[in-house]
Amino acid sequence: MRADHVVEVDALRKAYGRTVAVADVSFTVRRGEIFGLIGPNGAGKTTTLECVEGLRAADAGRIAVLGLDPIRDRRALQLRIGVQLQEAQLQKRIKVWEAVAFWRSLYPAPADGDSLLGQLGLDQKRNAWFMTLSGGQKQRLFIALALVNDPEVVFLDELTTGLDPQARRAIWDLVRGIRERGKTVVLTTHLMEEAERLCDRVAILDRARIVDIDTPAALVARHCPQRTVVVATDFDAAAARFRALPTATSVRSDGRRHEIAGRGDALVTDVIRTISEHAMPVAEFRTELPNLEDVFLTLTGRSIRA
Amino acid sequence: MATLLRQLAHLTWLETKIFVREPLGVFGSVAVPVLLFLVVGRIAGGSADAAATAPEASGGSPRGDLAFLQTDLPLFAAILITLSAVLSLVTIIAIYREGGILRRLRATPVRPPTILLAHVLVKLAFTAATLALLVLAGRRFYPVGVDAPLLSFTLALVIATWSLLSIGFVIAGIVPTARFAQPLGALILYPMIPLSGLFTPIDTLPPALEALARLLPLTYAVSLLRGIWTGETWWAHAGDVVALGVVFALATAVASRVFRWE
Repeated sequence: MRADHVVEVDALRKAYGRTVAVADVSFTVRRGEIFGLIGPNGAGKTTTLECVEGLRAADAGRIAVLGLDPIRDRRALQLRIGVQLQEAQLQKRIKVWEAVAFWRSLYPAPADGDSLLGQLGLDQKRNAWFMTLSGGQKQRLFIALALVNDPEVVFLDELTTGLDPQARRAIWDLVRGIRERGKTVVLTTHLMEEAERLCDRVAILDRARIVDIDTPAALVARHCPQRTVVVATDFDAAAARFRALPTATSVRSDGRRHEIAGRGDALVTDVIRTISEHAMPVAEFRTELPNLEDVFLTLTGRSIRA
Repeated sequence: MATLLRQLAHLTWLETKIFVREPLGVFGSVAVPVLLFLVVGRIAGGSADAAATAPEASGGSPRGDLAFLQTDLPLFAAILITLSAVLSLVTIIAIYREGGILRRLRATPVRPPTILLAHVLVKLAFTAATLALLVLAGRRFYPVGVDAPLLSFTLALVIATWSLLSIGFVIAGIVPTARFAQPLGALILYPMIPLSGLFTPIDTLPPALEALARLLPLTYAVSLLRGIWTGETWWAHAGDVVALGVVFALATAVASRVFRWE
């Protein structure tokens, strides 16, 4: 195991009866990065994560977290990792400070509870019952509990599912904050935007297997290199000029509005140069970049939302 | 070991606070039984009193009323409170499992038995508090003095409760959802009452029912509690204690196999 590899998963397999939840999954998480397991619901993200956390025993394969075996060295590992589980609850009438105090009592050298609540914006809610918290506040409390032992790695499972966009953005900032404190974050999400904004590297899971692993930008460049530039202009010969560009693979024009498709960033530069050379009067200019949703569609032939 | 005890103490105190916050928690488990006891005691006590002051005029059976007050009512209260504690434990565990609370706790260094033990301690504490109040209420309002060995009875009750709670763990292990926990638990526990010898001695039951009664843990709990309450020796009820111990061992073994955390 290399020193900067915090998590190593090799040929992991897990089945529930006849349903294979995870088949031959391998990946590595490096120290200090935010690593995302992404894919649609049922792809095997949570099962993979729970095997890594030591909550489930794998059927086959090898897992090392901080050099420890999640099942055999479970007790030792639990002290060094932080976990947030999908759809977990606490006692309805437990107070925020009570939850943090109890969780602190479980670890030998816990982080300071008050400063943790402050960092997560929960200091006003110290005395609130769990059942009275909003969805975003509950998730922030679960992040606080995952950080209570000052862990080296934090596992977050579908952290922002069910939250409104504003709460979601606030949570993203908190997760970036965790990385800035030198911790490694492993998360799962079925939201491609979340993966794109938050993750340093992602593994795309589909039907129990990993389809590809890389930075979001590299995945897009590799699988969806096409760019589309949309230009609206009254310049007469615009369509002919754009078609003449070597980087343009297709141009669709409806007289005034042109959609120029091509590969790579050079296309955008070429279109801008052409506009400027001919002093075209431009009413609209927009570039459309593919994202991870398009990557998923390209790799699996299905939309991730389907 | 010190860590475990500290965790247990912390969690027990925490769960006690949470239980007190339940809208019907303390009222339902402490106040209702005490009030019921007082009402029933008043009614029965009134007629027993009348019978005691004018024995010749009474055509009924003053002995029966007195026996009911002195033995049956306290026993009945103790059994019902114990069973409701078991039911409440089953329900709480089912709710904790369904809500993912057990799952979340399992991802921490807290050991599973600590969580269950904390709940048992909370239940035992409230059962004890309720019974203490019953005894006080009885002392204060009852026309007839009850002269029972309270310390021994408490010990007997702890043994019986512990044994019945272990059955609660088995039920908690098999109920699929929190919604079924209460009715299924009641369905398993309450039919034991008429067979337990609480109202009719089990040797007056038809042979088949008597055989069934001898298989039910509640029968031994009632026998032990009644015996100790009426001043019989522990030695006379060693068999009951052993039976309850066997039930505890068996139920705990089964529970540890069938118990699911999620």
